[in-house]
Amino acid sequence: MSKKDLGLLILILVVGVVVAAINPRFLLPINLANTSNLIGLFGILSIGQAFVIITGGIELSVGSLVALFGVLFIDLIATRGMAWPVALPLIIVLGGVVGLVHGWLIAKLKLQPFVVTLCGLLIYRGVARFYTKDGTAGFAFGQNFPSLEFLTAGRFHGVPNSFIALIVIAAVMWIVLHRSVFGRYLYAIGKNEEAAKYSGIHTDRIVIAAYVICGVLTALSAIYFAMYTRSISPASHGQFYELYAIAAAVLGGFSLRGGEGSLVGAVLGTVLLQELQNLVNLLGIPSSLNFAVMGGVILLGVMIDQQWSAFRAQRLVAEAARQSQ
Amino acid sequence: MLKASDPSGLTARPHFLALDGIRKTYPGVIALADFSMRVAPGEVIGLVGENGAGKSTLMKILGGITAPDQGAITVDGVPHDRLTVGSSMRAGIAFVHQELNLFDNLDVAANVFLGREPLRGGPLRLVDRAALRAACEPYLKQVGANFSADAPVASLSLAQQQMVEIAKALSMQARLVILDEPTSSLPVAETDRLLSVIAALKAQGISVIFISHRLHEIERAADRVLAMRDGALVGALDRDEIGHDAMVKLMIGRALKAREALAPAREPGAVALSARGVSTPAYPGCRVDLDLCKGEILGLAGLVGSGRTELARVLFGIDRRLGGSVALDGKPLALSAANDAVANGIFLVPEDRKATGILLDLPIAQNISLPDLPRHARRYLVSPRSEAETAEAQKKNLAIKAPSVATLTGTLSGGNQQKVVLAKWLAMKPKVMILDEPTRGIDIGAKAEIYALMRGLADAGVAVLMISSDMEEVIGVSDRIAVMHEGSISGYLDRDDFSQENVLLLAIGKPAGKESAGAAVPVA
Repeated sequence: MSKKDLGLLILILVVGVVVAAINPRFLLPINLANTSNLIGLFGILSIGQAFVIITGGIELSVGSLVALFGVLFIDLIATRGMAWPVALPLIIVLGGVVGLVHGWLIAKLKLQPFVVTLCGLLIYRGVARFYTKDGTAGFAFGQNFPSLEFLTAGRFHGVPNSFIALIVIAAVMWIVLHRSVFGRYLYAIGKNEEAAKYSGIHTDRIVIAAYVICGVLTALSAIYFAMYTRSISPASHGQFYELYAIAAAVLGGFSLRGGEGSLVGAVLGTVLLQELQNLVNLLGIPSSLNFAVMGGVILLGVMIDQQWSAFRAQRLVAEAARQSQ
Repeated sequence: MLKASDPSGLTARPHFLALDGIRKTYPGVIALADFSMRVAPGEVIGLVGENGAGKSTLMKILGGITAPDQGAITVDGVPHDRLTVGSSMRAGIAFVHQELNLFDNLDVAANVFLGREPLRGGPLRLVDRAALRAACEPYLKQVGANFSADAPVASLSLAQQQMVEIAKALSMQARLVILDEPTSSLPVAETDRLLSVIAALKAQGISVIFISHRLHEIERAADRVLAMRDGALVGALDRDEIGHDAMVKLMIGRALKAREALAPAREPGAVALSARGVSTPAYPGCRVDLDLCKGEILGLAGLVGSGRTELARVLFGIDRRLGGSVALDGKPLALSAANDAVANGIFLVPEDRKATGILLDLPIAQNISLPDLPRHARRYLVSPRSEAETAEAQKKNLAIKAPSVATLTGTLSGGNQQKVVLAKWLAMKPKVMILDEPTRGIDIGAKAEIYALMRGLADAGVAVLMISSDMEEVIGVSDRIAVMHEGSISGYLDRDDFSQENVLLLAIGKPAGKESAGAAVPVA
């Protein structure tokens, strides 16, 4: 764990202690379970986003995809009667295909990631609304899928399964990002794509793979969100989720220029964001201020981080000067 | 204030700049030790020294970026404890840096008067474009520019861009222009233009400090040469004493044969890389035939823009070739991506080290392992130990000066960065090594090491293709020279026909002096 991650963890604990001191309900099992469920859902999105951001890209269509995939999934299993063990992998493959298309447009046609995924944001939202004729997708009364519900919205010894899923995914993705050849290539491309290319790396394929990973994780997360809310109104479901994911990555130390950040950071960033949301609820802050609190904290965090690095750089120089005397 | 062109400045003030006993230390190093120098108006000083000799520190002090620990600075008769960026500029000291600070999306006049644009009154503070252009013209004339004030900077050659920088300096009433490695990226013809601009400045009583690793240019331009070593002035040469060997001797403290790396020409081995009718995106109409033999260093000379780098990029698979075929040991190669070249043992040390050669933010070890990462991995997981072992071996082999292989590559000197680029390929058993301007911006000591390394590769049977704009280097290091002109190879030279004149003639598209030189040469 890097120092940055450690700092973030300490911040999370300090905020937690303060909130718990003011409102002890923070530590009630039901509150912790709810919060960790949300951490699981948003955390999976953040990890996907992190893989794209590390290459210097961005994926803005995440929120719309959560709506589209959610609508499709519920429609497939609730109204079309498809077995969920078929529908689930189908949606995940679909997520991979969307990522593949985005990655191809960006890496091969050299379109800017912001533009491609902004168009995606608009397109998928529109398609989702058209698909349900702007209606709400949901389950019929009494319809249930016990094993699917257990896996997605259920709990294991009181721990939400979505949170467990996040931990498993994070562990696997940590190895991929920080230990594998592919992960090293991702960092190299994020730091200097040209130099990576001149080292004989298929940079296009690596970038495309990053978007595919993001698409797959987004699709998975969309299924979790769908099973959590159980009814989806495609006009608003998932709105701004891409920004939550980006914010979590930035809080976690990712640079939007690429090449910087750790997986632990992305997860901790998500934890802090959800903790803040919880704080707004528990401390009786008007919920209309929700976004303002989040924005303020992120800005503050980035400022402190920047100042701290500058301070540390100065101290290093001073120390070197002292030693030489 | 005296006008720069005022001839009385010559007699009234014998020295425009006087430095006395300047000392500057950084943690662990003495950058300047009791350095003194004088610059007379209209004098051209050549400043030579290896990287790390203290030239940059001296420039920083003159530019007001850092303050000296002790010593006196007198500019135009006015003593200063230290200069600030502002006071240096006001005193008439101007810099033209190796990396130009121009905005290529603006035109010439806008660059020259950036931040000092003449305005048309009124609340909107609009730029008076006509006045801007008119104000710029005299300075362009002063530097002998052959382009107009409204030419976009992007359309100018490097030498022309340097003229814009010098015009900018003149427009700020500069009386001392410091040129830091101005010719290191210039082809021969452009260099001549720059040298004539220096002569024009001198004629107007403006002093010039000319810093360069290219000694024969200093030889041509300087009135006096100052040599620095380890932060001290180790010698001065007057006009009639200036010579290549004398300068080298002062710089490195001993005489060095320029062609130390040169071994007697040997019979080249079998053809390793052969290109037939290859055309590059830069010159789609031209076809290049090239044979590169095992165990030879083939120098690829030519003017900047003659298509050498583009050919290298095609041979390395970065750019798709538009036609023709490439074969390695007789086996045709697709070369659809750099990966293909790397897999076949064709490696490129690119021209722009920082942008394409290495990743500055990565440790040395990770740079070295990058192209060969799968070999350092077990089941797709990277083994840092395997990486470190390879890097340690290369660090020792190439004498890379760094605290450890975990050091960030960006903190190394240019020569050591270049060694890291070489190291990553040497760790992989090259068959063909293409080096594009391998010694640009590198000090003499490191240059000699890189020459020796190339020779060592050739002796081991590697086919080496060296692109270089440095004439001494091409002639001193190559076994055979190919010269490019406007996208085609205009001729080959064997050892016996090596001469600057022959290379130059071929480079401008004329046949070389000796009959053995190259085949079909278009007559200009």
